[in-house]
Amino acid sequence: MKFAVTVTLKKDVLDPQGKVVSQTLKNMGMNNLSQVRQGKFFEIDLKEKDSSKAHNQVKEMCEKLLVNQIIEDFKISKTE
Amino acid sequence: MKSSVIVFPGSNCDRDIAVALEKLQFKNSMIWHKENVLPKSDLIVVPGGFSYGDYLRSGAIAAKSNILNEVIKAGERGSLILGICNGFQILIECGLLKGALLRNSGLKFISKNIFIKIQSNKNKFFNKYKKNEILELNIAHNEGNFFTDKKHLNELEDNDLIPIKYCDKEGNINPKTNPNGSLNNIAGIFNKNKNILGMMPHPERMVDKTCANEDGLPLFLSLMN
Repeated sequence: MKFAVTVTLKKDVLDPQGKVVSQTLKNMGMNNLSQVRQGKFFEIDLKEKDSSKAHNQVKEMCEKLLVNQIIEDFKISKTE
Repeated sequence: MKSSVIVFPGSNCDRDIAVALEKLQFKNSMIWHKENVLPKSDLIVVPGGFSYGDYLRSGAIAAKSNILNEVIKAGERGSLILGICNGFQILIECGLLKGALLRNSGLKFISKNIFIKIQSNKNKFFNKYKKNEILELNIAHNEGNFFTDKKHLNELEDNDLIPIKYCDKEGNINPKTNPNGSLNNIAGIFNKNKNILGMMPHPERMVDKTCANEDGLPLFLSLMN
């Protein structure tokens, strides 16, 4: 069972990398842009067959290692 | 006094801190991260470097190593723990200190001498300095931009848990004298009981006049006091 985890900085945390990417895109002429936030992406493949149990395990992985919850938010979605 | 320096793959300030400690007659042991037993120590140092290549987040992988379980137990028992640079990041990632160290606001790795001002000397780590004393220390980091939530910031300020702040040569603390965007120019913080200190500047690099200055020396003398 595969899950996708997206980790992004919380809204009130300054994201200097996202800002630089955003500014560069604007310099390239993409003026329609309002904001870019940069984050991390994890693809996690679990042996667990029960989807609710698997989801909980991925959540635990996020809380214990993948995410620093003081500065980051995460989203989990099942992909397979 | 007995000290232990924890060594991870990628630590690179472990020898420097060992030299500083031995200069002051600490009986020091180097402890590999895979060990499960920590020798009885008056001081535990988590040194600077790039443990595990800064994978995931700086310090995140080292914070889950075997020996860190023992460091956490010792910290909770009241042992003195000093985390410098990557060591500060590790102490935050393992939960002994709160907050986060974000990427420097200027997006550059900074390696240079900076100034810090002693905000508080009523503790085990800075008692040999005067309040408001200005030190010249070295910083070398990519993620030293301290951040925390309002509640924790108030807790730090109300309980005298911010011993050092970035300043200029004259001691001015403001956004212009902040090298990395750190919240309120914070260069180091204590835990609630002030037995655990995390700091980004490197005091161990400033203990010998032949290669730098001796502004870091009183920190180690304070620990022996």
